[in-house]
Amino acid sequence: MVAVVPTTGNVAPAPATAPAASAQRRARTAYVLMGPGLLWLAVFFAIPFVTLFLTSLQVPVPGKPGQYMPGFALGNYPAALTEYWPQLVRSFVFSGIATLIALVLAYPLAYFIAFRGGRWKPLLLVLVIAPSFASFLLRTYAWKTILADEGPVTSTLNALHLLPEGRILNTSIAVIAGLTYNFLPFMLLPLFAAIDKIDPRLVEAAGDLYSAPITAFRKVTWPLSLPGVVAGTLLTFIPASGDYINAQLLGSPNDRMIGNVIQANFIQFRNYPTASALSFALMAIILLLVFGYIRRAGTEELV
Amino acid sequence: MRRRWGRAVIPIIGIVVLVYLFIPIAVVVAFSFNNPGSRYNLTWNQFSLQAWENICGVPGVCTSFVTSIEIGIVSTLIATILGTMIAFALVRYRFRGRGSTNLLIFLPMTTPEVVMGASLLALFLNLRFPLGVGTVAIAHIMFIISFVVVSVKARLQGMDPRLEEAARDLYADPRATFRYVTFPLVLPGIVGAALLGFSLSFDDFIISYFNAGTLVTFPIYIWGAAQRGIPVQVNALASLVFFVALAVVLIGQGVNYRKRKALQR
Repeated sequence: MVAVVPTTGNVAPAPATAPAASAQRRARTAYVLMGPGLLWLAVFFAIPFVTLFLTSLQVPVPGKPGQYMPGFALGNYPAALTEYWPQLVRSFVFSGIATLIALVLAYPLAYFIAFRGGRWKPLLLVLVIAPSFASFLLRTYAWKTILADEGPVTSTLNALHLLPEGRILNTSIAVIAGLTYNFLPFMLLPLFAAIDKIDPRLVEAAGDLYSAPITAFRKVTWPLSLPGVVAGTLLTFIPASGDYINAQLLGSPNDRMIGNVIQANFIQFRNYPTASALSFALMAIILLLVFGYIRRAGTEELV
Repeated sequence: MRRRWGRAVIPIIGIVVLVYLFIPIAVVVAFSFNNPGSRYNLTWNQFSLQAWENICGVPGVCTSFVTSIEIGIVSTLIATILGTMIAFALVRYRFRGRGSTNLLIFLPMTTPEVVMGASLLALFLNLRFPLGVGTVAIAHIMFIISFVVVSVKARLQGMDPRLEEAARDLYADPRATFRYVTFPLVLPGIVGAALLGFSLSFDDFIISYFNAGTLVTFPIYIWGAAQRGIPVQVNALASLVFFVALAVVLIGQGVNYRKRKALQR
């Protein structure tokens, strides 16, 4: 660590007389500092996308199942998408619903912590993050117990005739509930960060000008919290659409998402081109949705 | 009247949501004291301390647990060093290519894990690179770096530049300024980033599963066990991790709180 300490660790602008060579040296120090980390990301994050794309175009070696050779089989894409479009669409539907519910649940809590937390703010934030300290898989598994057919939740809802299938576990409801639960902190933290920055006097001013609380919220609080809403929905929607743990543990085989398909094709069936094509398609669709969404929401500084 | 109702409703929803976040934790902890009648630890049968008394009693549980801790420590250490260096460069230096650097750091945080896991596996398969501890650690370092950069960067940007100026005014050379002023001020950010990184690594399933080959980490063990019944010991270990992590964070908060109070005096 100490060996790479910048020898000019200051933000002060260089004196006007500083020769260009100094600026060049400073830039060089920056590259030296960033070099190893960026190289790591380039080799193990960026380049894998290239190999993923190349793998998605590979063709099977004749007579040797499970082996593939370089090719240019663009047809792998339509083939994979025709076979697995229900799971792909389902992923976005499930994750979209979960994101909306998470927003509705997280907003009041974020608002409460930001405006009414006072000196308990740090502690409340710890409480929000704390559930993540217990294993993701085990927490998801715990919902199996909570939503079990004979359990209190299912019995209560059944008594009220609210469940179309008479059960929660092994239905889409359980998968969406699991996704909502697991990614709620990702919604909450950016929301909190945005709401916490709002000057409460602005909301008071709206009240002083005789706006009803709901109008003050609609015209002042909500617009000012939008950057948090955008960041939170993205941070929830993206991981949720690729998740397959909830679908596997809480859903039925009819609730499988695209993540399940990719995992099964990669690891069990060793159908690398199909799995790669689906991963690449998933990423492309997500990027399109994200950029479209950011443009509409008008929060360019997010990136 | 309506206003008062409005004032009460938000805290109530907030507290309900907070309780909701802890329901599965309560189940995980409670079921570590269960003596399940069957293979599946899903319904409450009988109170028992068996799992806690014999926490490594099931073959493979503790081995996978230790594997995860080792991978977590190594990946966090490397990722924290690499990420901190990037954060310093981004905040303290002007250079060309800043935009693409930011993008390269931002993208891993917005890529679904399944895509990262799959693309990395595609790379390793094409290179005929043997899967195992090495590939899992490589993957973990990759996705932790971004989180380290973001949190150390935030800490650096929030620092009062006058503190470093004061050190220079007092004739500290750049090395001394860094060692006695900058580094201690940034350290809490680095420690926080490292803790976050470790918890991400320790709990990672999807990326690890893709690149593990036959290696079994703690989450991979749980995944495998979920099909044939998760042993109670897993609940005990996960509860232990939960309480240790909570204690570490709360102690950190306490130290912070005291420091701030001391400064105010």
